[in-house]
Amino acid sequence: MNQWKNFSKGLIAENAIFVQVLGMCPTLGTTTSAYNGLGMGLATTFVLVMSNIVVSMVRNYIPDKVRIPSFIVIIASFVTVVELTMQAYLPALFEELGLFIPLIVVNCLVLGRAEAFASKNTIWSSTLDGLGMGLGFTLALFMLGSVREILGSGSWFGLKFIQGDGMLLFVLAPGAFLALAYLIAIMNKFNRKNA
Amino acid sequence: MLSMFLALFLVTLISATILGFVYEFTKDAIAESRAAKQTEALKKVLPPFNNNPVQEMYKKAVDGDTLYFFPARKDSALVGIAVNTFSPKGFSGMIRIMVGFLPDGTIRDVAVLEHKETPGLGEKMVRSKSDWSVQFQGKNPKTFKLAVKKDGGDVDAITASTISSRAFCDALERAYKNLTEGGAK
Amino acid sequence: MEYFVILISAIFVNNIVLAKFLGICPFMGVSSRLETSVGMTGAVAFVMVLATIVTYLLQYYVLNPLGLGFMQTITFILVIAALVQMVEIVLKKVSPELYQALGIFLPLITTNCAVLGVAILTIQGKYNLPEAVVFSFSTALGFGLALVLLSSIREALDMVEVPKGMKGIPIAFVVAGILAMAFMGFAGLV
Repeated sequence: MNQWKNFSKGLIAENAIFVQVLGMCPTLGTTTSAYNGLGMGLATTFVLVMSNIVVSMVRNYIPDKVRIPSFIVIIASFVTVVELTMQAYLPALFEELGLFIPLIVVNCLVLGRAEAFASKNTIWSSTLDGLGMGLGFTLALFMLGSVREILGSGSWFGLKFIQGDGMLLFVLAPGAFLALAYLIAIMNKFNRKNA
Repeated sequence: MLSMFLALFLVTLISATILGFVYEFTKDAIAESRAAKQTEALKKVLPPFNNNPVQEMYKKAVDGDTLYFFPARKDSALVGIAVNTFSPKGFSGMIRIMVGFLPDGTIRDVAVLEHKETPGLGEKMVRSKSDWSVQFQGKNPKTFKLAVKKDGGDVDAITASTISSRAFCDALERAYKNLTEGGAK
Repeated sequence: MEYFVILISAIFVNNIVLAKFLGICPFMGVSSRLETSVGMTGAVAFVMVLATIVTYLLQYYVLNPLGLGFMQTITFILVIAALVQMVEIVLKKVSPELYQALGIFLPLITTNCAVLGVAILTIQGKYNLPEAVVFSFSTALGFGLALVLLSSIREALDMVEVPKGMKGIPIAFVVAGILAMAFMGFAGLV
């Protein structure tokens, strides 16, 4: 597999959300606006890339039996780094995302890539894999956040373009499920045509 | 077996050390951004002052939590008191609000410090999301009943968020009650 | 806070899956059959209560006194991972039947964000220990309720003609969305 493919597969063909349906909790929980979706996506991407790099660096020194716990420790460390940095420099965003920042650690996507890809591949491939998967995840979160913000609040990145409220349902919990359902369905159709 | 423990131990040790450094590095910035938020809220809810209200801050423990009072002075004359108040009755838990009172007990302004209310609904209590909380400006709780209209008060509730609105009133009421009881200094 | 209020709030009003979006992965993964949903609920309830107690003690008696609050995420996830392993080993020895029933779900629980989520929420909500136990247990019940509801509906959906593009995951999310709407009706309860 060439390097470009390592990167690009995560964007659409193996998109974490639309195709693999991984990491659903932050996807639904943080996408009340385009900005929040983007922030969450980038935070996850950072953790994903860093943990992929470190895991592929140490993969030959870690005994098989303690592989998973070691990976979890590595991931949790980067999550804490994100947590502290965000608290210090982006406190407003940190408050909006709240609980979901520490929960990046249990995002199946992150551990999944560490285990399925980074533990078997070189540093360079793993970096690209993490970057591709992360950006694909970010893209999906950003799309979902945009849809929910536009329909639900009648605004985009906080810029209002209608008076009053939108269809509030989309900002609330049920709207998250419904918007995601239709986005996946649309992506399914798109992917099938391309395949 | 030994190498297993050793590997896991080393990974944890290195991670913990790095985290320790990151923590030390970001500690001041985190404290600063918290303090900045408080100062900003104080400036917003109080009339212009030139003392340091944080230095003169006093506390009062009520209802299982703490109220913080920040007296504001201009040329040593008291121009208002800000109260960092709370309500545990929010739709999703604790709400903390900074409310500024003029010396006669009139509310000058309010600012939400902390909340976990539903986005798009209860969240509207935050000024950046909607102008709902403007209605409290210039009202004196002596004549303005701090309860939603449904409960016989004078406050327009946020549409579809009566619980959040009630909690908001609860927090303001708690601040006002303790301000007057504590003897408005 | 009253225990009963915590119970109702965690099951209906702030349902962990339908209102707080935690534990969606197993929610989607195992909810196609009713039987597996019940098994999963049992395993989650067990680990969740146990993990909440242990992390609670750790936070208040180790991390806080030592000023290591920033190590919360890393300690909690390690505790949960270790607990899951331990439960697996003990269960295998003590009750092979139960292990047979719950075994395949146990490894999945480490990455179930509901478990870590509840452990952190317990600390954030400033509950005391008995309240924390009630909270975690009722959260698990809420998780179970959502899971059982969804899987029963999905079993029935097998017999219905669903448009091709909506088959599988998308229709499951639509059902979850409608369930979430129904649960919003509980909002005024507490």
